[in-house]
Formats: sequence, C-alpha cells, structure tokens
Amino acid sequence: MDKPRSRRIRLLSSLLMAYLIVAACSCRMTGGLPGSSSDAIIENKGSDTIVNLALAWAEAYQDSHPKARISVTGGGSGTGIAALINASVDIANASRKIKPEEQAQAEANGVLPVEFVIARDAIAIIVNHENPVDQLSIDQIADIYSGVINNWREVGGEDRPIVRLSRETNSGTHVYFLEQVLRGGDKNNKTLFSTDTLLLPSSEGISVEIRQNPNAIGYDGLGYVTDDLKVIAVSHDAAGPFILPSPATVINQQYPIARDLYMYTTGEPTGEIKAYLDWILSPEAQRIVLELGFVPIAP
Amino acid sequence: MQNFSWREFIIPCLIKVSGYSAILFVGLIFLFLIHEGAPALVEIPVSTLFSIRWYPIESNFGILPLIGGTVVVTLGAAIFAIPLGLATAIYIAEIAPRWAREILKPLVEVLGGLPSVMLGFLGILVVTPFVRTTLDIPTGLTAFTGALILGAMAIPTIVSVAEDALDAVPRTYRQAALALGATEWQTIWRVTLPAARSGVLTAMMLGIGRAIGETMTVMMVTGNAPILPTGLGALFRPVRTMTATIAAEMGEVANGSVHYHALFLIGIILFLISLVINIAVASVVFRQRKRAERILS
Repeated sequence: MDKPRSRRIRLLSSLLMAYLIVAACSCRMTGGLPGSSSDAIIENKGSDTIVNLALAWAEAYQDSHPKARISVTGGGSGTGIAALINASVDIANASRKIKPEEQAQAEANGVLPVEFVIARDAIAIIVNHENPVDQLSIDQIADIYSGVINNWREVGGEDRPIVRLSRETNSGTHVYFLEQVLRGGDKNNKTLFSTDTLLLPSSEGISVEIRQNPNAIGYDGLGYVTDDLKVIAVSHDAAGPFILPSPATVINQQYPIARDLYMYTTGEPTGEIKAYLDWILSPEAQRIVLELGFVPIAP
Repeated sequence: MQNFSWREFIIPCLIKVSGYSAILFVGLIFLFLIHEGAPALVEIPVSTLFSIRWYPIESNFGILPLIGGTVVVTLGAAIFAIPLGLATAIYIAEIAPRWAREILKPLVEVLGGLPSVMLGFLGILVVTPFVRTTLDIPTGLTAFTGALILGAMAIPTIVSVAEDALDAVPRTYRQAALALGATEWQTIWRVTLPAARSGVLTAMMLGIGRAIGETMTVMMVTGNAPILPTGLGALFRPVRTMTATIAAEMGEVANGSVHYHALFLIGIILFLISLVINIAVASVVFRQRKRAERILS
C-alpha cells in the first residue's frame, strides 16, 4: 500500500515539474518580446490605413540600413494603441489622435506616449461605378450614415436603397468619420451610425462589396482606392464647390475630409527607433508617402 | 516483473489524467470566463444590457441584437445542413454502391477540412453577389449568406458522424426488416435510423456546435450590423453574431475596461448556449438508451 502511494507522488511531482517548465518558458517568451536585449527589432503595429505605408517605409529603410529589423502589423488604430498601452510594441500607428482615456491608461501602466505626425490622408467617399451620383455635401453624407437618407433618389441618384458600409469600431478611420463627418466636429453632438451600417473587418471587405453592389456607399483612405471604385466629390456645404480628393486638394485644404496620420512611441524615442522616425520625417521617406497615394506632411 | 507492474500503473494513470483533464479544463475556462465577465453585470446597467443598441465606443452595450444574430444564423444553418447532411449520410451508408461510397466518404471529409477563411473568401466573392442578385435584396452580406456557408461547413461533420452511426447498426436489423416485407425506405426510416438515433443526434449537435462557434466566415459574410432580428425577414438582412463581435473587438480593448468585461460576458452567454444544447441532446440520447435497455431485458 505504501509503495504505490510514493510512486504516485513521484509521478505527480514530475508532472508538476513538467507543467512548471512549460509555464516558465511561455512566460519568458511573452514577457521578453518588446525592447529588452533584441533592440535591433522595431515592433510597429496599428492602423490598417497606415500599414501599407509603414511596410513600404520598413522595406526602404532596411535596404539602406541592413542592420535594422522592423516588423509591421496592422489590426486597427485601437489595436495599436492598446498594444502600446500594454508595452508590447515600440511604435504604434494610428489614423486618429490618442484618446484621453487611452493616454490615462498608458500613464497608469508607466508608458508615456509621444506623438509624431507622419503623413496626411484624405478619406475618399466611394461608390460603385454604376451609381450615377457624382457629388455629395458633408451634410448629405452625414444624413446617409445616420439613417436620415435611405434612398439614392434623395441625393439625385436612382431609386435604390442605400447600403452603408463602414470599418469596425476599432478603426481610427471609423472614429474620425464619426466625429468629423457624422457629428461635424461638434463634441456635444451625439449622432451615431445607423444600426444597419455594415461594419466590415477590413478595407478590402469594403472594396469588394462596393465593386459588386451598386447600392453601396463606403469610405476609405485615399491610398486604398483603386480605379474600379468611383470616388465622390465632396463639398463643405450644399452650394459647393465639390472637390475630388487628391494630395493637391488636401494640401491646399479644399477637400474637407482629411486628417493627420500618427505614430506613437513609448517615451521619447532613442537609438534605433529615433533614427527610424527621423528618417520617416525626411524628404526621402515622404516621397514614398506620395507614391502610395497619401499626402506628405508640409514639404 | 517490476517493469510490468510499473507499466500497469502508469498507463491507467495517464488515461485517468487525460480523462479528468477535460473536466478540469472546462471548469477552469468557465471560472476564467466568470471572473472576467461577471464585473460587466455590475458595471453595465441592466437596462443598457437589454437595450437594442450595440456600439461599445459610446458605451452602448445592448447584447440582444448579438444573441439574435447568432440564433438566426445558427438556426438558418441547421435548417439547411441537417436534412442535407442526414440525407447524404443515409445515401452513403445505406444506398450507394460500394465504389461510390469509397469516393464520397473521403471527399466529404476533405470538405470538412477546408479552412474557414477560404470559405469566407468564397463567400464574399461568389455567394454574396449571387444572393443579392437572385433574391433582389439591397446587399448580399446577410444572415442568409452566413447560414448557407456555415451549413456547408457543418454538413461534413454531420455526414461523417451520422454515417459512422448508421454503419454501426448491425446488418441483422436490416435483414430482419427486409425479411418481414419492409421496403428499403421503410427499413431505413423505421429501423436503421432509430437504431442509430444517438449517433445521429450527436452528429446534429456537433454540426450545430460547429455553426454556432464559427467566427471567421461569419465575420466576413454577414455584414456585422448589430440589428435586432424581428421576424423571418431578418434572415435576409445583415446581422452581427456574438463570435464575430468578440473577434472583431477583442484586439482593441484595454484589459479590465467595461468593454473588455462585456466581451467576456458574451463569451459566457455563448458558453451557456452550447452547454444547453449539449445537455438537451445528452438527455434525449440517455432516455433513449434506457428505453432500449428496458426492451432488451
């Protein structure tokens, strides 16, 4: 009776040891990723609007600086900032400003986010090529997305129901659109997206649906708009002028739906990260901005 | 001798550990869900929780549209997949000639192994436009599209498990029925299928389980608009399921925020729903076995 019990204990303890070793390994793996000894790798995560630009920058930078390693992932501005708060990235990309509550959470975690404006972007309003509507005022767009206007006929189009497409709520573009277009920048305005707005998980999802559906309307960063989508000219008010988005109309501030794009670092950047950010703000990197359909910061 | 007894001890022990570990893991997962999700019940007023608006970045945490969305998509998938899956299983097990059976069964299993992202892509590129133009509805990103694709994903599971169950029915049952003058269809419907009932029910349950838990495909094809489904028309409108909500929003939430707790609360509800389905089916299977034992004794 005595022997089996001691065996059982030995078995259990060896099992326990195995568990502990596995647990210890996984802890070290998750805990040791950012910063630490492997400083040469810069973790860069966040906005899906910026991800292509960030990838192009990372490639160009690694070509001219063979020692640098930059890993870029998307997921949305909210995702990037959440990762910054949890200190699991070096640079967070965001297509909106950090929110006060996010700033507070970061500071509570001992992270001090530092903001860099790295490019500008126009948000294009896109529809299917079969849709005869060419121009909309900001108020009309707001009414469409808040559910006041439900048929294309009401804005000069065919008798078709309007299908509203939007990015998910973790997208900086979604938040920007809500605050600046639906609410016209008014902090006390509590307008929300109509409940039947389709929330699609990616820019690509929006493009695919608009390409095949003449009822649909969507919005997306100008860098993501391809020729098979029709871009709507937008005006500040019903009187016009109606302006198509382009780098030129963003720089001269004619196109009304444009915003800054940001990168956030944990504390004042140093070493490799500082060198990378300095390069991003250089004319060489800002040329890539223009190539990808974004707008360079004050040239 | 020493070696022999050691092995006799360790193997049953390992088997026992793996047996209990399932219970342990389910228990731990449930405790974790409760721990992370229960605060939401305190932080979010009940009136908000049972409102019909889900828009978490403005603190609207109405979960009814999400539950409704999952129910609509899952029921739609079940209505479509169960008859088709069972019919396929019956054909493969009872009617098909040997060569057809040897081709069909592996093919169905390959279908079951398709990654859901791929089916999602197929969904948005092919099924969505097809549904929109054929049914003449504003958009093809609807619960119906989701149900079609989820049904297609559940069918292989249903076929595979149900076919095994039908195959396990002793040949003598069928021979006895046929000898008594029953037609082939009467034999299948009145003898083979009832005899394989517990396996067939398990097949349905696993199929529904696959549909209810599926995330990626649903997120890609159902449009994710949190509209409370009312009536049959809801099947042809966009919906937002619980799984898609968790998947789409988990990445953005800060640990310990109200939104984070709300997402775990959705996880608890999802867990409870699948628990109820499991218990319901298990009780039916159990009751049936008892009756069978009574007849045999």
